[in-house]
Amino acid sequence: MIRAVPSRSPIPLMLLIAFLAVPAIAGASDTSFLIVMATRVMIFAIAALSLDLILGYGAMVSFGHAVFIGIGAYAVGIGAAHEIYDGLITFPIAILAAGLFALITGAICLRTRGVYFIMITLAFGQMAYFTASSLSAYGGDDGLTMWGRSEFFGVAVLNDPTVFYVVVLGCLVACWGFARALVSSRFGRVIRGVRENRVRMQAVGYDPYRYQLVAYGIAGMMAGLSGALLANHAEFVSPAYMSWQRSGELIIMVVLGGMGSLHGAVLGAVAYLVTEEVLSHYTEHWRVIFGPMLILIVIYARGGLSRLLDRTGSGADG
Amino acid sequence: MAEPILALEGVCKAYGALAVSDDLSMAVARGTIHALIGPNGAGKTTLVGQIAGQIAPDAGTVWFDGRDITRVPVHARSHLGLARTFQITSVLPGFTVLENVAVAAQAHAGHSFRFLRPVAGERALNDRAMQALETVGLTARAPMPAGALSHGEKRQLEIAIALATGPKLLLLDEPMAGTGREETERLVATLQALRGSVTILLVEHDMQAVFALADRISVLDYGRVIAEGTPDAIRGNPEVRAAYLGEEDAA
Ligand SMILES: Nc1ncnc2c1ncn2[C@@H]1O[C@H](COP(=O)(O)OP(=O)(O)OP(=O)(O)O)[C@@H](O)[C@H]1O
Ligand SMILES: [Mg+2]
Repeated sequence: MIRAVPSRSPIPLMLLIAFLAVPAIAGASDTSFLIVMATRVMIFAIAALSLDLILGYGAMVSFGHAVFIGIGAYAVGIGAAHEIYDGLITFPIAILAAGLFALITGAICLRTRGVYFIMITLAFGQMAYFTASSLSAYGGDDGLTMWGRSEFFGVAVLNDPTVFYVVVLGCLVACWGFARALVSSRFGRVIRGVRENRVRMQAVGYDPYRYQLVAYGIAGMMAGLSGALLANHAEFVSPAYMSWQRSGELIIMVVLGGMGSLHGAVLGAVAYLVTEEVLSHYTEHWRVIFGPMLILIVIYARGGLSRLLDRTGSGADG
Repeated sequence: MAEPILALEGVCKAYGALAVSDDLSMAVARGTIHALIGPNGAGKTTLVGQIAGQIAPDAGTVWFDGRDITRVPVHARSHLGLARTFQITSVLPGFTVLENVAVAAQAHAGHSFRFLRPVAGERALNDRAMQALETVGLTARAPMPAGALSHGEKRQLEIAIALATGPKLLLLDEPMAGTGREETERLVATLQALRGSVTILLVEHDMQAVFALADRISVLDYGRVIAEGTPDAIRGNPEVRAAYLGEEDAA
């Protein structure tokens, strides 16, 4: 069972130390690849974190979460296509556009539940995917190359990999902190309560729909931020960012790391992307190996990697 | 007579060919404990669902506190002052006992679109919850996960949750079902203590408890009220004995 409020786990601190160590290690060994890879991991960690808010805490299994990343990315990409590189303009637009799309589609999706919710979020995801593919002015299927990264106060700070890394880490920590506060707040308690027993929550006076919709919107905004960062990271935007496979990968990250703990989603993003990177070195059919690994983890480590780590940690203590 | 707190007018509900509420009318007077009895499958739980709003009647009107609430959704009825317990225990198993009750109090104490402040530290909500837990005698269990309570304790928790919403009318669907003798006595005492401060509609099979508590009794059979009156009148009613009490007397 998912704990209502997770007891204090050492994992967030361990993750933070690991992320802080990356620039030092990369600097010492002069491998910019490491820092670029780690930046990408943290960007997806933000998206996975936002999915965990609704999936892990709200039992809303969204199969279209990548769309919010895509919208955030396109906001930055389309801005760049019009020579708008000011991050103070494009980032808020990315976040708000993704949040707005979440509110509009959520208003419809959240009328359904269970498998129907999964299907309809998937359907909206596909709609957005094909819409992006048909944006011929912005590269259509081929995507859109950006000729530079976002600037803040006229300075292209994100051009320096280490600065970019620190900015993304800052975003991740801020999102984690905000999400942490959210799930322990009045609002978070209602979201968790609806996951536990919707009928009971209605009977004591809550309209679950309103709370779920707001949570969905917040998650969409957070994923929009990760999309804006991703566009800058790749200096490229394409419809593939919103494909259903991407949405599926986000679900896998959350489940792999452990639903409903927030840091589990971050851990899941790290584990998924690092495994992908390593395995794909050996074979392009890396999914054939990864699939069974995932099944084993789901079967033998309920609560995902974070639970597994917590257990081995406390086992060593006691 | 003063306006009743609850009035049902011609309520009908059918599942396929089975009429579970059959042109049913009844009223519950303010401040009373009103028992609703009847054999298994008589339609008691379905009626409670139509009063609390989980089930929509096919026809008829539900009046509560002078308002037509037939089309009012469940959560809004809670804010009007209706609270119910479920025959099949329905709590938040992963929440602590305290949080189960505090979340009910929270719904009736300001809005819940507050995103940053930790709710666990809200004194007013916790105090209110502890008060409700004290009423049912569960204070010692407050920090436990609700899923770990015994069956009888969960029944008490249901009542504490309902009380924390500050109801005018409390709908209790077989609160004593499956509880031990001692717990039943405790529950009877609890409900006695609540008499007057909240109106109670009590669905119950335990006749001893019903006759100890009820000011009035309605007898339901095949979705109709076949008799209504004081406990003494019901005890002496031959139709009721035939439909319902007969089985008990014979046993
Ligand atoms: N959702 C449903 N669909 C079909 N039939 C139902 C449904 N709910 C209840 N019934 C039927 O309606 C009848 C009345 O059910 P209800 O639960 O209201 O009875 P009750 O008086 O509460 O019985 P008990 O004393 O056993 O709790 C039963 O025959 C039941 O099988
Ligand atoms: Mg029943």
